[in-house]
Amino acid sequence: MDESVREHELAKSTESASPRDDFAVDGLPLEEQPATVAFANTAAVAAREIPVKRRILANLPRRSPKLIVGLVLTFGIVLFGIIGPFFVQDPKFSGNPSLQPPSPEHLLGTTQLGYDVLAQLAYGARGSLMVGLIAGIIAVVLSLAFGIVAGYFGGWTDEFLSLVTNIMLVIPGLPLIIVIASYVPSRTLLLVALVLGLTGWAGSAVVLRSQAKSLRNRDYVAAARVAGEKPVRIILVEILPNLLPLLAAQFLFAVILGILGEAGLSYLGLGPVGSITWGTMLNEAQLGTALSSGAWWWFIPPGALIALLGCGLSLINFSIDEYINPKLRLAPAAQRSVRTARKAGLEVTSNRNVNDDGVIIDAENENENAKRVGE
Amino acid sequence: MKYYARRIAFYAVTLWAALTLNFFIPRMMPGDPADILLAKLERVGRDIPPGVEHSIRLLLGSDTGESLWTQYVTYLQRIFSGDLGVSVTQYPVSVSTLISESLPWTIGLVGLATLISFIIGIAGGIWIGWKRGTWLDGVIPASTLLQSVPYFWLALLLVYFFSVQNSWFPRIHAYGLEFTGGPEWSWAFAGSVIYYGFLPALTIVLSSFGGWLLGMRNMMVSTLSDDYVTTAEAKGLKNSRVLLTYAARNAILPSIAGFGISLGFVVAGSIVMEQVFSYPGIGKLLIQAVQNNDYALMQGIFLIITVTVLAANFIMDLVYGFIDPRTRHNG
Repeated sequence: MDESVREHELAKSTESASPRDDFAVDGLPLEEQPATVAFANTAAVAAREIPVKRRILANLPRRSPKLIVGLVLTFGIVLFGIIGPFFVQDPKFSGNPSLQPPSPEHLLGTTQLGYDVLAQLAYGARGSLMVGLIAGIIAVVLSLAFGIVAGYFGGWTDEFLSLVTNIMLVIPGLPLIIVIASYVPSRTLLLVALVLGLTGWAGSAVVLRSQAKSLRNRDYVAAARVAGEKPVRIILVEILPNLLPLLAAQFLFAVILGILGEAGLSYLGLGPVGSITWGTMLNEAQLGTALSSGAWWWFIPPGALIALLGCGLSLINFSIDEYINPKLRLAPAAQRSVRTARKAGLEVTSNRNVNDDGVIIDAENENENAKRVGE
Repeated sequence: MKYYARRIAFYAVTLWAALTLNFFIPRMMPGDPADILLAKLERVGRDIPPGVEHSIRLLLGSDTGESLWTQYVTYLQRIFSGDLGVSVTQYPVSVSTLISESLPWTIGLVGLATLISFIIGIAGGIWIGWKRGTWLDGVIPASTLLQSVPYFWLALLLVYFFSVQNSWFPRIHAYGLEFTGGPEWSWAFAGSVIYYGFLPALTIVLSSFGGWLLGMRNMMVSTLSDDYVTTAEAKGLKNSRVLLTYAARNAILPSIAGFGISLGFVVAGSIVMEQVFSYPGIGKLLIQAVQNNDYALMQGIFLIITVTVLAANFIMDLVYGFIDPRTRHNG
């Protein structure tokens, strides 16, 4: 940590040499980063002085292109699912001509049965998001129960809960879901989401357990224990708030898994009956031989939206990751400033023309540069 | 030794849990799958020997008048003697025969594609991690897009562009139709299998290498800022040595530890993908079984997939214990 601070100072001092590098990787103004470090170091003192609003802002993940793209993608698709259905025709209206390519009347064309693809897509967004959300909530609650309780209590409780978690982790989820789904005669959206949630929590539980285990040994938790606080209170008040970023990441991950799982199930014809989701659209496209009739407007949009939503959520997850693990954020920036400094040094000490722009340096070049700096 | 004993005990318990799940799922569900299945057999005009009927009722659970415990014990005995029941759709072929015909296809395809994707992902992750702070960091967010793509949809796209639009690759099946006698040992057949397996393998590689890439890159970035790497650099060691012997060697451990888990995702993805390519593997068989309410076949396939994934996990655990001595010592 100290090292990277020093390197930031170094970077700042070389700013004049290469003004392009005012922004470190991720598009962060460099000034912001030492500020966060300072904040972390003196958090106890600063907490009293900084207004609540700014404290919250300082705790949020940094603004970065990744985060912005992720938020735009996610909120765009969520908005489409919420508002979209009000502006499109009935997704089950079959009066349109069938298999029309995109046209001003039907922006994304029509299906074999004459359904408007855009309308189906909007209602499908609702269905898919609903499944993902419910499955995500169930998975996170379960992973909290298994992960944190196991990590906090340790001993036999941990042994048992970890065993259950690990078993759930290695038993392949989708075949299990397929088997369960095929026995249920009437699959509702809720039921599919429930099954997906019940089978998708193990990965998060493992992550949360290891975090809870390390938090348990912190001084402030020990202090709370000595003060006679009940375990439930310690978990909820002392440990849980520290896990929030991690929990958010696990939740988003569970939502992606839920949506992907539902799409796979629906494609196989095991999805929710009577609801429209992106998965059921793809299933209908397959049954309606969209591939051989070249109706790309039918099967490309649902999958593309799944991929974009997944991408958006993963990008948000990245930003959370970089927030939790500053090494991921600071190391590339530090490395870049070292390179900038080295290049700036070269310009001063040697009259050799540096052809590359100082950002992309291959290994041999770097070696050579290092030697030159050494001289 | 304690490490290995613990792992073996864990897999034994997991196997038991899978078997028990397999036993209870049909019994917990509404309706009587065995009745449905037997009725279906009668409808197609087949006489069922009493032994087969008993076997089906035992596997799928229905009122045979025996206590649950007796059913459970008999069920376990049957499973361990390799009796998974008979298939309805392809009566009277046994479930084990059907599975043993399709399992090699899936293991070959998924195994090879996963290996390729693992190597590409790890090598790429090492490189991008080493080049941290350059434009290559931009590859990482882009790779999430590939990761979030549903396997079967990517398969649809590949089929659409490479088989329907341009007929460069065959659309379905695992080998050419000219091999009417089924699989044979010849170069021509092997070539045909590779040709037909290219698109399915490409699907798996494209959708799974991003995960390895991201994990490896993040570990590399963390490892490269550790003190011992700085020391190695300060000693003036060659870059390649610092990269491979100091950083990558340590950074790869979590990827290997997580290999088995990710394998579960790949297997799940390929099951759906096989449907797109009509690939004669275990996934297509499972879907056939589901569509025809062939419960015995379905249960059998679930069991075999689970056992295979467990075996792969177990092998990876052994490898991990071998390459990382800490796991052996801390149990």
